Formats: sequence, C-alpha cells, structure tokens
Amino acid sequence: MLLVALGIGVLAVVVSAILGPKKATRVKLMAYESGNDPEHGGVGTGQRFPVHFYLVAMLFIVFDIETAFFYPLAVAYQHLVPFAFLEAVTFVLLLLVGYVYVLKKKVLEWA
Amino acid sequence: MPDWLAAALITLLKAVLVIFALLTTFAYMTLVERRLLARMQLRPGPNRVGPLGLLQPLADAIKSIFKEDVSVTLADKLVYTLAPIVAIAMALSAFGGLPAGPANSLFGEDPWVYNLNTGVLALLALTSMGVYGIFLGGWASGSKYPILGGLRSSAQMISYELGMGLSLLGLLMLVGTTSFQGIVIWQATHGWLILFQSLGFALFLISSFAETNRTPFDLPEAEQEIVAGYLTEYSAIKWALFQMAEYVNMITASAVMSTLFFGGWKGPQFLNGIIPGISDWPIIWLVVKIAFFLFTFIWVRATLPRLRYDQLMRFGWKLVLPVALANTMLTAAFLAYRGNGGLWFLAILSLAGLVALLIMSDRVRPLWNTPTVRREEDAVRPTPRPVGGD
Repeated sequence: MLLVALGIGVLAVVVSAILGPKKATRVKLMAYESGNDPEHGGVGTGQRFPVHFYLVAMLFIVFDIETAFFYPLAVAYQHLVPFAFLEAVTFVLLLLVGYVYVLKKKVLEWA
Repeated sequence: MPDWLAAALITLLKAVLVIFALLTTFAYMTLVERRLLARMQLRPGPNRVGPLGLLQPLADAIKSIFKEDVSVTLADKLVYTLAPIVAIAMALSAFGGLPAGPANSLFGEDPWVYNLNTGVLALLALTSMGVYGIFLGGWASGSKYPILGGLRSSAQMISYELGMGLSLLGLLMLVGTTSFQGIVIWQATHGWLILFQSLGFALFLISSFAETNRTPFDLPEAEQEIVAGYLTEYSAIKWALFQMAEYVNMITASAVMSTLFFGGWKGPQFLNGIIPGISDWPIIWLVVKIAFFLFTFIWVRATLPRLRYDQLMRFGWKLVLPVALANTMLTAAFLAYRGNGGLWFLAILSLAGLVALLIMSDRVRPLWNTPTVRREEDAVRPTPRPVGGD
C-alpha cells in the first residue's frame, strides 16, 4: 500500500517535471516576499522563532507517552476492573500535577 | 502460481484500486466543495467545463501537470521535492486499513487492503506522519511564510493529535479491541458507539477538523494572514499533491468517524425488518456515511470563521485535552463500578457531558479566547474584550 502510494507520488512529480515548461528566470526563482528582495531567507540561515513551538513539542512528547501507556490499559481494561481504575486514577493524577504546573507557568498562553 | 504470490498480487490490485478511488474522490470532492460552497452563498459554482462542471477536476489536473515546476533558488532541492511525496503517500496509505464490508464480501476477497489487530494505532501513526510532509515542505522552501506555516501546522497537528488519541480511549475501553473489524462487529450487537460516547465523538470531530487543517482551524494556510503558509513556494503538481493529501486526509477522517462511531459498513439493524440483509450490504453504507461527513466538513467551512492562532492552541490544550481525559476517566469509572446497570446509563452520562460542554462553552470562553496581553503592555491595556468578540 505504502509502496504504491509512494509510487503514485513519485510518478506525478516526474511526469510533471518532464511535461511542464522550463523557463526559469532569476526573478521567478526568488523567494516570495510581497515583491521585495527576500531578506534573511533560505534554509539554515539561523532565523529565530518563538520558544513556544519547542515547548509545545516537549509537552506533546510527554502527553503522547501518556496516551501510549493508556492504549494497552484501555484494551485490557474490562479484564482488570476495578483495581485498574485506581491505578489509572493515580497515573492521571500524577500527570495532572504536571499539567497544572504547566498551566500556572503560563506555557500555554502564547503571549 | 504459488499462493503467496496470488495473495500479494491481489493485495497490490486492491491497493491500486483504493488509491485510484481515493484520487477520483479527491478530484470530485474539490468540485463538490466548490459547488456546495457556491450553493450556500447563492451562486452557481463551476458549471462551464462539461455538464454541471463535471469535467472541471480533469481540467484542473491536466493544468497542474502541464504547469512549470518552479523551485526557488533558496530551497533545499531534495527535501523540497520529497515533502509532497511523503505527505501524499502517508495520506493515501492510511485509508487501506478500513474495512468496507465483512470478510470475503468483495468478489470473494476481503474488502480491505491490510487488516491489523492494532488498526486504530496504525491509522493514528500514519496520519501523524503527514506532519512531516507539511513541516519539511515549509522548511525546505527556504522562505519566511512557508516556515511560519510549517511551524504553525506542526504545532497545531501534534496538539490536536493528543485530543484525538485521548478521545478514542473511552471507546476502546468499551470495545476492548483496536481492530476496526472488532469495533464494527461490537457496534452491530450493542448499538452505535455515538450513543455511548457522544462526548468522545464531539472531541474527535473537533480534533479531526484541526488534524486535517480545515476551516475553523486552517491556520497553516490562512491566506489572508500568511499568504498560503507551507504552500507558498510550491507550484504545479507539488502544490496539487499537498492539496490532495489534505483532501484524502479529510476522506480518511470521515471514514474513521463512520467506522468508529457510526457502525462502519453495517447499516442500521432495524432496516433488516423491511428488506432482509440490507444492513450487511458492503461498501454502500460506508460510502453514505463518508459522504455525510464530507458534507459536514464543507458545511462547517462555509459557516465558521477561523480562530486566531493563540486561541487555537489554547482551545486544544485547555479544553479538548482535559475534557478528553475526563471522558476517559468517566468511562473507566463507569466500567469499574457499573454494577448491574446497562450501557444506557453511560449513554445518558456521556450525553450529559456533551450538553454540559455546550452550555459551558460560553463560560469557559475566557480560557482560550482572552486577548494576548504582552508583558510590557500590562499596564496599558487591561480592559477585557466583550464576550463573543474577536
């Protein structure tokens, strides 16, 4: 499935590259910046971005691991009740402490 | 011919068929979307190319193949070319695991391309791989708007992926399996899961709107704000591949919602009394349900304005995530201590949660809707904006 899908993508790009016209000019290949000369463009030119994106990614890793722990619990849950419920509550409470800390630190504020 | 070769060939054939079907659906989705949007805005929509504009998608496709493939000087050539391919490949292959009917119902073959015991997980994994396509595309363009769009997009998609994963947990607790077949069969005996997980469904619906970058949440490509986001530097077929990925993701999301919450390929059971066996007709029911959800996607696009970016992130982290967690714990508590009560109690409980969410949505609005106050301006503008503003 993945191979066929990849194949479709590659095929489309190759066909378009062969069939399309090729009349590149310097101005046409310029990065888009509302008609101005691009300033500090380009890959790896050390542009700076808000730290929020990094924080969100970190939080995502933490909470996605939580979700990953929850999946097996959810599937096997009906064989484990009611003890598993207490376990889950403990786990969630521990995570909620972290969540509240993050909230109070205003990480999710996007100021 | 040995058995494994025959099986491999059949799988290959099915994969090609599914991809072809998806691409056709995508092409006609663009037409249907334009015509429906036009209807909603009291204008006719594309109706010149062919009868009812039916040849419009074909014309668009041919045009985008014959357009010049511009790649910007500052772009990282390899990644720039690979990104749309990654996006489309992940989007297309996510669909193959969804069953369209009972085993052996497609001319003696199984109506799915691959069937995994961990269907839900595999699907979540594949769809989240789409983030790579978008972000790398934005990064490799070597220009400011695409990088901004890519960053926004990746942050948004990973945030709502949490809500998506968590809102499914209650469902999985009820069903006790992650394979799509198992979930569909469970629903055929116990009733559609939307009844017992209406809160979970609402959260999943919101998250899937955000995952597929559709309006209210289409910040990454907010035309009025950052040109076209990660698409700014793409032209010709590469641009079309990104669009394709977005629409295919939409179709997959609709199919997932119908499979998980609306009984999948099974029709309503009570119709069996009128026409025997109608609820087992393969493919038809699934297509009807997918069409319904696609219509919802378009409808919402014509109705709701876009959120601001900070509102979007707050909405995801402060509302969707905790409520999804609460839904999980609610279902868990119910399953642990239900005693002799049936599932109907859970249905009422979940519905109450949904109603509470709707009523509360105005109260909790300040959670995600408060204007961003910068620190140096704290003294200058403490005045809150009126409720419902922005």
